[in-house]
Amino acid sequence: MSQRTYELIYVLKPDAPEQEVADLHQQVADIAARMGGTIERTDTWGRRKLAYEIGHHKEGFYVLEVILGSAELMKEIDRRLKVTEGLLRHLIVRVDESTIKAERARTKRVEESRRRRIARGLPPDRQPGEGPQGEDNDDSGDLMYDGAEVEG
Amino acid sequence: MAFGGPKRGGPGGARGKDAKAGDKAGGQRRGGGFFRRRKVCKFCADKIDDINYKDVKLLSGFVPERGKVLPRRISGTCAKHQRGLRIAIVRARQLALLPYASD
Repeated sequence: MSQRTYELIYVLKPDAPEQEVADLHQQVADIAARMGGTIERTDTWGRRKLAYEIGHHKEGFYVLEVILGSAELMKEIDRRLKVTEGLLRHLIVRVDESTIKAERARTKRVEESRRRRIARGLPPDRQPGEGPQGEDNDDSGDLMYDGAEVEG
Repeated sequence: MAFGGPKRGGPGGARGKDAKAGDKAGGQRRGGGFFRRRKVCKFCADKIDDINYKDVKLLSGFVPERGKVLPRRISGTCAKHQRGLRIAIVRARQLALLPYASD
C-alpha cells in the first residue's frame, strides 16, 4: 500500500455552524487514522462566494485538507462525503505526481539555462544588475484578449 | 522587446482563415501603422510549472465573461500549458471557484 499525497477540498453550506465544520473534519480524520493515513495540513479558507448558485446558496464554506494515504482511503472518504448532508461539493485530487513533475521541470530549466550561460562564457547564475529587469512585472492583464480587439 | 518586427518576408500565401489570429509576430497594418504585441505563453514566460486549480486569480484571466476557456489563438498559451490549464479550470469549476457558464 503505497502512500500518496492527496488534496481534499470540500464546500459546506455557508451557514454551517462551527461545530459542523469541526465534526466533518473529525470524521475525515477518523477515517484517515483508521486506514493508515495522516492529515498533513488543514487549511480553512472560510466563506467564499460561489461562481454559480448551488441549491440556492450563493456562498460556500471551503476547507482544504492535504492527506497522506492510500487510494483505498480516499475512496472511502469520497464515499462518505458523497452521503454527507449539508455538503455542497467535494473534490479529491492526487497531487504528488504533479508536484514531482513540476519539480523536475524546474530543475531541468535551471540546468538548461546554466548550461547555456556557460556555453556563452558567462557565470552559471544570473548576476545582479544583468539583463532586462522587471520587464515582466506588470504583465498580468495584457495577455488577455491580446490582439482580439485589434482585429479589423 | 515586446514588439517583433514583421517576421515573414514572403506573402502570407495559403494560410487559413485563422491567418490573422495565428500571426504571432504582429506587423505594420495598413493605414494605422501599429504593431501587435507578440504573444507568448504566460506559463512559459512566468515559469509556472504547476497550474493549480486553486489559483483562481491566475485562472480567471483565461476565462472570459461567458465562462468558456480562452482559446490558445488568443491567449498565446503553448499547447502543453493550455492542456494543464484546461484541467485546472475544469477542477475549479467543480468547486464553484469558476463558472461553467454565465451571461
